[in-house]
Amino acid sequence: MIRRVSTGLSLAGALGLLATAALAQQQQTAPAQPPVPPPAVAPATPAAPAAAALPPGSPLIGRPDNNAAAAKLAPVPSPPLATAADKVPLDKLKAPKGFNIEVYASGMPNARSMALGAKGTVFVGSRLQDKVYAIVNKDGKREVKVLVSGLYRPNGVAFKDGTLYIAELSQISKIDNVEDKLDSSPKPTVIYSDLPKDEAHGWKFLAIGPDNKLYFEVGQPGNNVLHDKDHGQLRRMNLDGTGAEVIATGIRNTVGFDWNPKNKELYFTDNGRDWLSEDLPNDELNRITKVGQDFGEPYCHQGNIPDIEFGWGHSCSEFVPPVALMGPHAAALGLRFYTGKMFPAEYRDEIFVARHGSWNKSKKFGGDVALVKLNKDGTVKSVEPFITGFLQPDNNYVARPVDVMNMPDGSILISDDWNGAVYRVSYGSKKLAGR
Amino acid sequence: MVEGGASPSTCFKGRRLVRRFAVALALGCFAALPAAAQTVQERLPTCLACHGENGQSQTPDVPSLGAQQAFYVTVQLLMFRERMRVVDPMNDMTKGLSDADLQSLADTIAKLPAPRPPDGPLDDARIERARALVEKNHCNFCHTPNFAGQQNVPRIADQREDYLVKALRGYKNNSRRGYDAAMADVIEPITDEQILDLAYYIARVK
Repeated sequence: MIRRVSTGLSLAGALGLLATAALAQQQQTAPAQPPVPPPAVAPATPAAPAAAALPPGSPLIGRPDNNAAAAKLAPVPSPPLATAADKVPLDKLKAPKGFNIEVYASGMPNARSMALGAKGTVFVGSRLQDKVYAIVNKDGKREVKVLVSGLYRPNGVAFKDGTLYIAELSQISKIDNVEDKLDSSPKPTVIYSDLPKDEAHGWKFLAIGPDNKLYFEVGQPGNNVLHDKDHGQLRRMNLDGTGAEVIATGIRNTVGFDWNPKNKELYFTDNGRDWLSEDLPNDELNRITKVGQDFGEPYCHQGNIPDIEFGWGHSCSEFVPPVALMGPHAAALGLRFYTGKMFPAEYRDEIFVARHGSWNKSKKFGGDVALVKLNKDGTVKSVEPFITGFLQPDNNYVARPVDVMNMPDGSILISDDWNGAVYRVSYGSKKLAGR
Repeated sequence: MVEGGASPSTCFKGRRLVRRFAVALALGCFAALPAAAQTVQERLPTCLACHGENGQSQTPDVPSLGAQQAFYVTVQLLMFRERMRVVDPMNDMTKGLSDADLQSLADTIAKLPAPRPPDGPLDDARIERARALVEKNHCNFCHTPNFAGQQNVPRIADQREDYLVKALRGYKNNSRRGYDAAMADVIEPITDEQILDLAYYIARVK
């Protein structure tokens, strides 16, 4: 589907850029953003001539040759072991005045997406390990259990009516009555496997919509690639794995989405391509207003940059632009609308976005949980850092946020795949989880 | 020293045995060893019985560990312990080790001296072909230009040739899964003939 965009583009683009510019002032790690939408960027050395020899999924495709600064950049590997409980760098993480941040649980290497069980169990997926963890909360004491082992890149988890759904690289499975089986190593039952097996952008986020359907993405199988009908999209299906359909296309790799509690519109993050330049493109925050919308990848980035390779013959106006720009190479991942009542009223129904942080940028950007405030019409008013310190001033990560989740008491949890930990953010005088 | 520890010479004899006995032999290195409740310093001689003293393996198909990247070693030990990578006898050897044990072993192994290339004349034609393959497939991007590796990317310089062949074939036929997908992606277009040339060259980097 194609939507003509007139004022929407410039407004959203300008807002996003302004937001990012505001962010730049608050965060020393941010580069200055131009105040107007930039022209297409043409790097002095475009895609490396020899890059064709790299496999299609390689993050190194597009890296300019003979450039010492570019040669230093590669995906930053997370430590393979969880940080010991007493070594989690909690003191480095900063919350706004009045908020508390504490370690909710640790010892879950590569902790990624989260889901909440009806009895209070927090399920945590992982991307590089083979496990889904369960954090059990009993009388204020929390215990981490390995729920399932032997999975392949089980990044996505979702929970509904007693059942846990798990998204691996190329299949989706479920465990019924999971909270009654936490100690019995339950075997997941596969409900859907009509999925590509590409490693690049193959790991999945999983969520259940207000329509009671499972939503998940199939990313583009590489940094910047023309893809077939099975990639670059968001799908949904019934909870039993039937009735799968594509509901949005032109998506490079979203690893987080949630629904606006006010009007049930779906918002999703999308990670922009690598190697275009240090400061562009920005990651996107998008909104689906109609089934079938095309968000432009790989032809158009961030709503206003035609791709230097694939953009020819296309105009960005063919595609739905983002509602906000989330920063260059920021790796905006998990996002949730804040639905609790513990935080001040100004946070209600706004969005928290985990920005995992960049690798494809000399001076890193991101490494925070951002607060995205919306206008009444669902467009974005502002993007600002909320929890910071994951990325330190010395350009190194001490932690990396992946997902955000509401808790019944109004606090939120943040997962961190660098330390294998989950943090809890609360508001008010010492409303700590242990009490 | 470890009670019942095999002497390195048990492994040295393996050089004279045909390749297909190598695994059985490697197992033999540990046959009488208790697996758990040892400190890293107590455990290390067991590792080196097969992986070789001074960082240099003399055992067919068993990698040299000298100057290996600590990050990479930690990842591999973790994968053995969690059975994400199933290889006899490494799963048993790592059973019951704590995270701190893995880290400590990795840090210790990283300090062993780097392995040295074998002596003898070089096959210049093979070296030339392999160099072109390295360029074409960008091996040096991640493994670095001198193949010393970085963080999660292993040192491969002067690794045992037979082990390099085994590892590359494992990635190629999917019997060896990486912690991430980097090698599975990279190896896809490389033929078995090319694997042999690459291993020959990388085992002899000066």
